Amino acid sequence: MVPTSFDYHRASSVDEAIALMQQYGEDAKILAGGHSLVPAMKLRLATPERLIDLGGIEGLKYINDKGDHIAVGAMATHWMLESSSVVQQKAPALSQAAGAIGDVQVRNRGTIGGALAHSDPAADYPGAVLALNASMVIKGAGGERVVPASEYFVDLWETAVQPGELLVEIRIPTDAANANSCYVKYAQPASRYPYVGVAVAMDKSGGTCSDIRVGFSGVGHSAFRDAGVENALKGQAVNDASAKAAADQATQGKDVLSDWSVSEDYRRAMARVFTKRALLQVGA
Amino acid sequence: MQVTMTVNGATVSQDVEPRTLLVQFLRENLSLTGTHVGCDTSSCGACTIVVNGESVKSCTLLAVQCDGAEITTIEGLASNGTLHPLQEGFREKHGLQCGYCTPGMIMSSWQLLQRNPKPSEQEIRHALEGNFCRCTGYDNIVKAVQWAADQSA
Amino acid sequence: MGKYIGQAIKRVEDQRFITGKGTYTDDIVLHRMTHAYILRSQLAHARIKSIDTSAAKAAPGVVAVFTGADVQEVNGVPCGWQVNFKSGETMREPKHPLLVHDKVRHVGDSVAVVIAETKAQARDAADLIEVDYEELPVVVESVDALKPGAAKVHDELPDNLVFDWELGDASAADEGLAKAAHVTSMKIRNQRLVPNPIEPRSYIGDYDASRDNYTLYTSSQNPHVIRLLMCAFVLGIPEHKVRVVAKDVGGGFGSKIYHYTEEALVTWASKQIGRPIKWTSERSEAFVTDAHGRDHHTTAQMGFDADGKLTALKVHTDANIGAYLSTFSTAVPTYLYGTLLQGQYTTPAVYVSVNAVFTNTTAVDAYRGAGRPEATYLLERLMDTAAAEMGMDPAELRMKNFIPAFDGVDQPGYQTQVALQYDSGNYEAAMRKALDIIGYDELRKEQEEARKQGRYIGIGFSSYIEACGIAPSAVVGSLGARAGLFESANVRVQPTGMVSVYTGSHSHGQGHDTTFAQVVADHLGIDMSNVEIIHGDTEQVPFGMGTYGSRSLAVGGSAIVGALEKVKEKGAKVAAHLLEASEQDLEFADGSWTVKGTDKSISFGEVALASYVPHNFPEGLEPGIEFNSFYDPANFTYPFGTYIAVVEVDPETGKTTIKRFVAVDDVGNIVNPMIVEGQIHGGLAQGIGQALLEGAVYDESGQLTTGTFLDYAMPRADDLISFEVDGNVTPCPHNPLGAKGAGEAGCIGSTPAIVNAVVDALRPLGVSDLAMPLTPQKVWAAINSAS
Repeated sequence: MVPTSFDYHRASSVDEAIALMQQYGEDAKILAGGHSLVPAMKLRLATPERLIDLGGIEGLKYINDKGDHIAVGAMATHWMLESSSVVQQKAPALSQAAGAIGDVQVRNRGTIGGALAHSDPAADYPGAVLALNASMVIKGAGGERVVPASEYFVDLWETAVQPGELLVEIRIPTDAANANSCYVKYAQPASRYPYVGVAVAMDKSGGTCSDIRVGFSGVGHSAFRDAGVENALKGQAVNDASAKAAADQATQGKDVLSDWSVSEDYRRAMARVFTKRALLQVGA
Repeated sequence: MQVTMTVNGATVSQDVEPRTLLVQFLRENLSLTGTHVGCDTSSCGACTIVVNGESVKSCTLLAVQCDGAEITTIEGLASNGTLHPLQEGFREKHGLQCGYCTPGMIMSSWQLLQRNPKPSEQEIRHALEGNFCRCTGYDNIVKAVQWAADQSA
Repeated sequence: MGKYIGQAIKRVEDQRFITGKGTYTDDIVLHRMTHAYILRSQLAHARIKSIDTSAAKAAPGVVAVFTGADVQEVNGVPCGWQVNFKSGETMREPKHPLLVHDKVRHVGDSVAVVIAETKAQARDAADLIEVDYEELPVVVESVDALKPGAAKVHDELPDNLVFDWELGDASAADEGLAKAAHVTSMKIRNQRLVPNPIEPRSYIGDYDASRDNYTLYTSSQNPHVIRLLMCAFVLGIPEHKVRVVAKDVGGGFGSKIYHYTEEALVTWASKQIGRPIKWTSERSEAFVTDAHGRDHHTTAQMGFDADGKLTALKVHTDANIGAYLSTFSTAVPTYLYGTLLQGQYTTPAVYVSVNAVFTNTTAVDAYRGAGRPEATYLLERLMDTAAAEMGMDPAELRMKNFIPAFDGVDQPGYQTQVALQYDSGNYEAAMRKALDIIGYDELRKEQEEARKQGRYIGIGFSSYIEACGIAPSAVVGSLGARAGLFESANVRVQPTGMVSVYTGSHSHGQGHDTTFAQVVADHLGIDMSNVEIIHGDTEQVPFGMGTYGSRSLAVGGSAIVGALEKVKEKGAKVAAHLLEASEQDLEFADGSWTVKGTDKSISFGEVALASYVPHNFPEGLEPGIEFNSFYDPANFTYPFGTYIAVVEVDPETGKTTIKRFVAVDDVGNIVNPMIVEGQIHGGLAQGIGQALLEGAVYDESGQLTTGTFLDYAMPRADDLISFEVDGNVTPCPHNPLGAKGAGEAGCIGSTPAIVNAVVDALRPLGVSDLAMPLTPQKVWAAINSAS
């Protein structure tokens, strides 16, 4: 319950935070909502020498409808996303993923930027941002760059964010598929992290599934899009049979995690069960 | 580091180590021991309080993060000696036994009723997933929250 | 009998809890208090080659560091119940030291204590202690620890056996099985559980050199027992020099009965440093140091004749006791388990043998139900399995074998094959009521319909009996307990007519302040607000055995009644004097003594006042009204009931959803139905938790894999449903309240009902047994391998 000692800096702007990161290098950790970092520090699994708190930067806490995309500030909380009517309408998968994280108290403090920068394999968002074809705005001393979600998740705990850089915004396109998206979660009973989190965004404006993106959280070392499922359903009418056939392609050729509480077989099987349910939810 | 916040309506200002958890600040620096600690993994919710109008787990925040914040703990929920309907409801419906989870449970229920004044049984159960009770089986906690919701009918 | 007993009175203790004004041990701050952090073993079994504490001692704020070498002359914590080998040899009872010296025997074993000005300083300094370990082979399962060549937990013992034990008639059981038309055989695992009261254990030791006395503040279910054990067995301090205080305690469920090493450690160390020391467990520490529950490996055979009547039951259990003997650990798999294997049935022959076994795991002791859940789970899984195997309805099979109703007054108690004599029971009535509430016949039809639609609904039964009101001295003394579990009460009538009651029971959620006040108010005919219940402080309460085993009302309440009878007897003498009448002519009702046949009367309050202003008291009539009573029950009490669970299993995922849960309990007379129902609810949640969610898992190296709430699944609000709780009343014939106890019933009865329901749901798919907890993965795997 007692973290090791550290120095604390409260940044008042993104530029100040980046300057502090440049100054202190690897000794410094970014503190966003703190709902991954602080628990790790309490158990002394993380022992940073200094924290740079983004909590004082009001300019990072927003959800803005920009017409062709929704811009979400990195310090937007899970609750903001869960309860945002624009997100609920234009990217329900993101709202549902936010609402599936932890519990009410965690969602009140935890932030999307913190969660995506931490890239816990058991996080909910990653599959959703993949399926939503989101992009991440990453800022460093040299300026901003925009990284598509498909290039963002590198490996276990590893993202495209480089030392000295900060994830500042998440952009969600407002296309037809995203407006018809969902996130379905099957949770580990103790931690309630996902055994399987599956997000589906589907354009079925022509009556059949004309475009589809499927992303998985919690299943592999990092989140992934599943082309097998997507290709199997594209161009098809969505019904029990086509959904099941497509879902049965889920996790083909992917490494699937296992631990003491869940076998690889079960997780793979559940990925298929919940993919089918998600496909029917948005496809029916 | 100096931190200043408003706790149950009173301004407090103290010098703390940055590693001081908010719950520790409340319990040890301010002697507000109604907020409890039941775990070290942000799971049990015994430490739930309200910060700037939102329920949080005070074991998962640093006191320094709350500089300038407005905080309500179980000790500040009653106003002018009148219990909050949730406090009444927990007594009325036997929503507590040992009492240890109760402050956190009440603060989480407070958040629920703020956002959803007429929750269904399932909504109550879902809203309390971040709060463990080992005594009651939650049955009477659900009824206590319903009772409180009914008071504002 | 009066206006309070039987009423759902709102709890008087709630005010402090709902306003955040409870006083749990960690809330207490003493002047000059220091803080302890205990360095614990991360290894399950290792020899300590060396410990270097020099850097820790030099760290900022550190007051002292102690290791096993410093407490070598101090005794270990004792076991309170001696169980002998079948051969008569005394059980093996190795030292459980306050800090280990030679080797660590489980993850979490105490290696050193750092005492510092702040908790953070103690924690930081502990990281500076260097321990050089030599790792040793590890054994975690009882069945493995019994194998030849298994790693030895205690070097000085020949093997890992604590004792072997038996009860019942083995040859009669063998005969019964031999002549049976059908024998159901099962291997049953009752998994290890972690009690997890939400308040972690917390202790403050405070030595006062000026008076040479000690105070221990402790989150304990039984402060007097802690004082006795710590003084007499561990520290060798005279009892009058030690005060033990257990104010508000945040749940126990058994795990706060025991005398833990940390209690003695902070008390001992406080004298060494001359300052108070607080130690509060962290949750991850609690997971590896609070005594665990259950952990049985059992094989059993149950025989039936051609009509489905039981002929015999034969059971063998290997019980994991952990690395050390916790206070009541030895009683749990024996006298609280084997003695309950008669269940509610007329089984003519019952035999049980038990091995209690040391392993490199956290100690196992009584956890809500303690032995009785294990017995009930075994019997009720066997009954449902047997019914299926014989093609009988599970309710019908049970009713065919129930012991006929007996009230213990006109009909004698029922003598079991396993030592106990049940006090009173009406088992069929509870079953019939449960069947009515659930609408059994209709439900079976719905189940059939659902199956046709590919939905898997299951109905599970459990008819439990337990032994509560623990425990009559004469009975348990002959069984090896080192104490007799009576209870004491002191009733002090104040001059104003207020009544202060000092009870040796202890409330950590049970609502004694309310229930006991209801009893007192009705017995004296006074207002409840004039009654105050005091407990949890050895300096105030004469003596006490504490609260566990559903004993508070049946034993503690009866002690209060005994003292109240003396109060009324004395009051009558005073009233007779004041009314100038003879005692024989007085009757006491509604709080007044009245001269029979007249309107001459005097109230309890007037008598109280006169007793403290004793003008003109005749010779021989003492002033004051205050009485003690010690109540030693004649027998255990035997609550019972039938539970029915309805579940639906998702065959795609293996996930179980509880649809309904009906609990019909008969816990004897009830003082406060609201509190009893609350006790049942909580027990149900814990029992259902065992069935579906909870389980302590060790890996081969002895690490507790489920060592946090992120891995050990506690039941949450959305895992459960609203329960349908009802009951009958068959009074206890041998205590003055007729009460039996309700604290553990829910936890004892619910587990097999859920498992039976899940198996019932899946029987059409070919599933006949499942091991707890019934995680979706396990259920899914069983469905797939069966079909």
